[in-house]
Amino acid sequence: MKYVRYILIGMLFGIVMYKSQAVSWYRIYEMFRFEAFHMYGIIGTAVTLGLLITQGIKRFKLKSWKGVPIQFAPKNKSITRYLFGGIIFGLGWALAGACPGPMYVLVGSGEFAVLIVIGGALLGTLAYGMLRKHLPH
Amino acid sequence: MIEFISQPWPWYVSGTVIALVMFLLLYEGKTFGMSSNLRTMCSMAGGDKLSDFFRFDWKSQRWNLIVVLGALIGGYIAANFLTLETTVDLNPATIASLVDLGFENPGGEYIPGKIFGLEAITSLKGLLILIGGGFLVGFGARYAGGCTSGHAISGLSDLQVPSLIAVIGFFIGGLAMTHLLLPHIF
Repeated sequence: MKYVRYILIGMLFGIVMYKSQAVSWYRIYEMFRFEAFHMYGIIGTAVTLGLLITQGIKRFKLKSWKGVPIQFAPKNKSITRYLFGGIIFGLGWALAGACPGPMYVLVGSGEFAVLIVIGGALLGTLAYGMLRKHLPH
Repeated sequence: MIEFISQPWPWYVSGTVIALVMFLLLYEGKTFGMSSNLRTMCSMAGGDKLSDFFRFDWKSQRWNLIVVLGALIGGYIAANFLTLETTVDLNPATIASLVDLGFENPGGEYIPGKIFGLEAITSLKGLLILIGGGFLVGFGARYAGGCTSGHAISGLSDLQVPSLIAVIGFFIGGLAMTHLLLPHIF
């Protein structure tokens, strides 16, 4: 039963992503051509509110509902891995038109061809795990 | 009300709910990061025998797989009960550029049949596009240590410089694919 909340959070995410068309290949293509405000509006609103939420949690030392202080792990300092990894991710994002969350939303909506994209993403993750030691980070 | 719900939802509703989802996960003591699930699934499938990158307590990540299951159910509900028309209202300039690339009736369906339709997924080129796109997403997300949710939303909200670098990378890659590579692929 403790997983019910996670299902509901995921459903909220899935419904809003599908309904706002943020999981449509077309919207990603349009975004990278700067021909619509839609995706920038979505990301901009999420980050602006996210910033307020995150800074608020830190300022007021908010705790999770279990009473544990909410903490944010700072990411390791580097440029190489974020830039190279980011570029590779961006190439795939614009080609497949979906990032890791939306892929599942699309499968749920009945777009079963996206299962092939998920298969590719698993292969890519596996390849990274095996090549990691040889890559600059 | 029904009419409002069945139309595409505006960006400010979407952005607000995404921030809410991030908050709810933080309030659970977790984080908003979708691509971690790919690593978890690799571990579950026995990837720990191939690389110690997959040797971790994946059961501690079960909650995130449940979020993914919820997202899938959400997609099902949204598509089957909350949507009447699946067309995407695109900028005429976007439509014109897609017609140039050989797309039929751009925006006429939720995602393009040219990439996700039966004909595409039964051709070698079509399969390579889907597998290749997914591969780059999976590889890049782990290399960069996160995807759109982990870096662009959670990381930028926490003013993390590494996330800003990653997001700049997302855009360099996305712009290169859209403007330089897609015209050669299609």
